[in-house]
Amino acid sequence: MQLSGNKETSEILPASLVDLRRGDEAVLSEIDLPVEDARRLMELGFLPGARVVAGQSAPGGDPRVFQVDGSEVAVRRETARRLKIHRKGRLSRPA
Amino acid sequence: MSECRDCAGCGPAAVLPFPSGAATKAVAVIGPPNSGKTTLFNRLTGLRQKVANFPGVTVEQHTGIAELADGQIVELIDLPGVYSLSPHSEDEQVAYDVLTGRRDDTPKPEAILLVLDSTNLSRHLMLAAPILSLGLPTLIILNLADDLRNRGGTLDTEALAKELGAPVALVSARQGEGIEQVRDFLAGAMALPLPRSLPVLHDVPKCREWAGLVGSQANYRAPIAPKWTRRLDRVVLHPVAGPLLFALVVIAVFQSIFSYVTPLMDGVKWLFEVSGNWIAISLPPSLIRSLLVDGVWKGVGSVIVFLPQVLLLFLFIGILEDSGYLARAALIADRTMARFGLQGKSFIPLLSAYACAVPAIMSTRTIENKRDRTATILIAPFMTCAARFPVYTLIIAAFLPNRQLLGFLSVRTVAMIGLYALGFVMAVLTARVLKSSILKSGRTPFLLEMPAYRWPTVQSLGLRLLDRSKVFLRRAGTVILLVTVLLWMAAHVPYTHGHPPAIRDSLAGTLGRTIEPVIKPLGFDWKIGIGLITSFAARETIIATLGAIYGMDHPDSKSMDLQSALRQDLTPGAAVALLIFFAFAMQCVSTVAVVRRETGGWKWPLAQFAYMSALAYGGAFLAVHLWRFV
Repeated sequence: MQLSGNKETSEILPASLVDLRRGDEAVLSEIDLPVEDARRLMELGFLPGARVVAGQSAPGGDPRVFQVDGSEVAVRRETARRLKIHRKGRLSRPA
Repeated sequence: MSECRDCAGCGPAAVLPFPSGAATKAVAVIGPPNSGKTTLFNRLTGLRQKVANFPGVTVEQHTGIAELADGQIVELIDLPGVYSLSPHSEDEQVAYDVLTGRRDDTPKPEAILLVLDSTNLSRHLMLAAPILSLGLPTLIILNLADDLRNRGGTLDTEALAKELGAPVALVSARQGEGIEQVRDFLAGAMALPLPRSLPVLHDVPKCREWAGLVGSQANYRAPIAPKWTRRLDRVVLHPVAGPLLFALVVIAVFQSIFSYVTPLMDGVKWLFEVSGNWIAISLPPSLIRSLLVDGVWKGVGSVIVFLPQVLLLFLFIGILEDSGYLARAALIADRTMARFGLQGKSFIPLLSAYACAVPAIMSTRTIENKRDRTATILIAPFMTCAARFPVYTLIIAAFLPNRQLLGFLSVRTVAMIGLYALGFVMAVLTARVLKSSILKSGRTPFLLEMPAYRWPTVQSLGLRLLDRSKVFLRRAGTVILLVTVLLWMAAHVPYTHGHPPAIRDSLAGTLGRTIEPVIKPLGFDWKIGIGLITSFAARETIIATLGAIYGMDHPDSKSMDLQSALRQDLTPGAAVALLIFFAFAMQCVSTVAVVRRETGGWKWPLAQFAYMSALAYGGAFLAVHLWRFV
């Protein structure tokens, strides 16, 4: 019980770019990646505090294009999962 | 203060302002990927440069000469597209080394042209910090001015120049707008940048903050999002329409280079026949005439016939690349590539390998992950390059009728697509094996910037084609010419009683018959054997060789063309075996050389050569034996 409870909270609490659907917008809070990889992402505009909008994706939903800091960058799901966002506001728009 | 290393280059700068008139100035061109740096370079030099919307295609350093109005000459060094100067990747390392004069092969630049995308200024300005800290005279070029204007962006260049302590020029390299400012900078006394407080260079958030601040001081108003790019992407990346379009593009490219280009090729062929006859008539019968007509003219001509086709292929790749579609294709391909352990960025080198493995292998430098890169290098030669193409065309045309299937596809096109697929499948299987064994790698994030769609310019496409034809003709004029002449000599010794031997008894024939036992199981005779030997220099040489051999074998019959000669010597099964041999074998000295250079040793190229040869032999063997059951 306790274990599953823990698992649930850890899955729900830190939202990431993966949770965004097309058109959703969020503010980046943290990059949970090795320094070198994080630096690449930051150079492309994925800085903590940056506004990110989810865009089109490749067929199958992976990778997805994100609009960030004036450009559009495609990121794989496995990477998007490491880009944490603030959970303020709605995550998905009403359809 | 933060980076002493970055200032190492400013020591001798005091001598710079008045360089002696005799020596040419070297000026570096640098900028982030997609800043239009290469377009500017083309505009200034008119020399060939690869222009692409794809991040990081400009990996090789290219230099060019810009001639200024007063006759002065400036050498421009086009550096790889980089986001920063911290030497973490190979590209950044090269850029950093050139700018600080640490490379022996390149002169230390006396000035820098920093090219930035004016439609994405705040982020691109981040690169200005490390560049300005080098202390070299720098012109900051804000490119894509037309885009900025059309999309309602504005900025005050004078305020920006003041803010940065260096001159700023707002240009559109595509339209040629504002280029005089760049030429004026190159011609004039280039002033050192004024000291400004720059951010700590390795701290990306600080750099971005600084860039944003500078931008706002210059009243920068970012343009609205590119409407057309968004609209097009809705179709191009649509879950159903996207892959469909992808397939359509691939089919359209292949169908046109196989079918629609035939009249042009017939024209070139006709030219060579007529001029060959003319040479034959105007010279007295002699050994020299035989060498010229049967050796050189027939041999080289049979390869040059394929120039129109090769150029058309490069034209298509160029259009896809320059328009921005290629980045979308990489995005669509990424998931599939990931399944084989590769990534979307491998798609570009692999697609280029359809033209030629040599530039493809060089372009793998954009792949930051070493192991992904090695895997891509190792599988690139499986892609059906332009040199295999004429061989396939010849054999297919000799053995398959030009019948229509489904009303629009010819049987030959289908066979050709099949061969292309065969190479691709083998590449993918090889990648899979490599990536799950010796080249297994941890996951580095796959990041791909999507450039805005743009019309490809005639200039950049033209320069690219010009360059490609030079490469192709140079090969025909050197490697292939040499092999043809050597072959002609081998076919004419030993000379007895003033007569050349029958081709069978000549040195070439003896060589062919020596290896015949080895290739007999594949259904090849000694003539094909000679062709195979020469094809290891370059694949398409086999056509020249066979053309020469059959020409000498039946000197009297003009009607004995290559196709009917092949039909006599090869069973259909052996023809399939020959196709498969060519699909798998690494018959190209240039590729072996470039793999050695790019992997830094003989280990990989030798392993690759052995692997591909074994596969070719095994595949051909299987094919000829299985064919009996068909």
